[in-house]
Amino acid sequence: MATIAENVQPVTLSNEEVLRYSRHLIMPEVGMEGQLKLKAAKVLCIGAGGLGSPLAMYLAAAGVGTLGIVDFDVVDFTNLQRQIIHSTDDVGRKKLDSAEESIRGINPFVEVRKFETRLSSENALAIFRDFDIIVDGTDNFPTRYLVNDACVLSGKPNVYGSIFRFEGQASVLATKDGPCYRCWYPEPPPPGLVPSCAEGGVLGILPGLVGVIQATETVKLILGKGEALIGRVLLVDALAMKFRQLKLKKNPDCPVCGAHPTVTKLIDYQQFCGIRGEEAPVSNQVPEIQPEELKQRLDAGEDIFILDVREPHEFQICNLNGYLIPLGDLPKRVHELDSSREIVAHCRSGVRSAKAVAFLRQAGFQKVKNLAGGVLAWSDRVDPKMPKY
Amino acid sequence: MKILIPTPLRQYAAKKDTVDVPAKTVGEALSGLTLQYSDLRRHLYTDDGKLRAFVNLYLNDEDIRYLQKENTPVQDSDTLSIVPSIAGGCCCCRRSAVGS
Repeated sequence: MATIAENVQPVTLSNEEVLRYSRHLIMPEVGMEGQLKLKAAKVLCIGAGGLGSPLAMYLAAAGVGTLGIVDFDVVDFTNLQRQIIHSTDDVGRKKLDSAEESIRGINPFVEVRKFETRLSSENALAIFRDFDIIVDGTDNFPTRYLVNDACVLSGKPNVYGSIFRFEGQASVLATKDGPCYRCWYPEPPPPGLVPSCAEGGVLGILPGLVGVIQATETVKLILGKGEALIGRVLLVDALAMKFRQLKLKKNPDCPVCGAHPTVTKLIDYQQFCGIRGEEAPVSNQVPEIQPEELKQRLDAGEDIFILDVREPHEFQICNLNGYLIPLGDLPKRVHELDSSREIVAHCRSGVRSAKAVAFLRQAGFQKVKNLAGGVLAWSDRVDPKMPKY
Repeated sequence: MKILIPTPLRQYAAKKDTVDVPAKTVGEALSGLTLQYSDLRRHLYTDDGKLRAFVNLYLNDEDIRYLQKENTPVQDSDTLSIVPSIAGGCCCCRRSAVGS
């Protein structure tokens, strides 16, 4: 069942390693033979974030000999709620360096290879070349399709996991006889259609659950034991604590892994996902007001109607005493607004409120502007006492 | 039959995670669902009435694309799962290639 490229296996384990892995060695499913397979294995983790954190930590603990990590991000405070490979002292540090230190602390016998780069069509195949298994811990559709296609083209399995708020999916894709991501989802959603975005949030524990499922599948592939999630997807609902399985079929007409593939090299995945280059943010296309100007005008007693398009639970964190109409409700509640008044719409970062302004202008509102940067910019530049979230 | 509504779409179905609809086929079940919750329609169907390619439907645990698609017959005891693709902690608005 194992789909590992043949490696020259290390001959033995040191006494230190035998002691370290004793709980594996006494299990018939692992034993010395299995532990040596783990030591010889080379696993590439794409992302050292929510999924990558538990994944890399458990693979290191298990004794995977070489762990590659691809990430170019820096640790920030909002990561700490779920990216447990990083600690408070690591805020501001490169995630790669922080992850490497945690891994060495768990298991100094693991070789860590760092790739501080954005994975792209230009570098993916070269990066994948030296690894046996790829584990996808990314957070956007273009990279998911890139990883999938690169795995199929390289002949490496893709241990897939993804999350959204409190739901997760896990599967093992791109094996020789199994389905790939495109068999499952031939096309990505067009940008802007999948509801909710970075402000949607995620239950911190969830990537822990799904990341460890990915680590488990990786270990099973290396050992060649158990039944991997090939041809099936595990759905996790953390709130209900329900796990379900669905069947995943290999599509014989799949453009990447089918009998007659039409995708034989990596493509432009941004374009594939409908993202045309660096799109001008919507905020550049609607009238804006800077936080300082709004503050000045409010202090001068001007009659400005503040429209807050965030969700009620965000209003409770902090607010500008605005009138709350969540963005999703705006079309139904637009009659509550007076188009003769000057309106400033805001949200957390200015993205949702830009959409609100665009919508209102289309609906005939002439005197509406977007608060550039939202409450985050207000906190940075006008009122540092306002918490950022 | 029972239709299971995934998290990203619950906001369009009055926050429900399950909706019961009487139906004889998958297509009927979806019509019943989108009649009750019209906002769901554009998330499940394109403008020309086709099911969106990034949303998969499973009758119990079988992908309907490998059954009879919307003509697949259903029973009262069946469950229809709507399973959209999800990409991690975010969706489309972050351009970064890694991190979750």
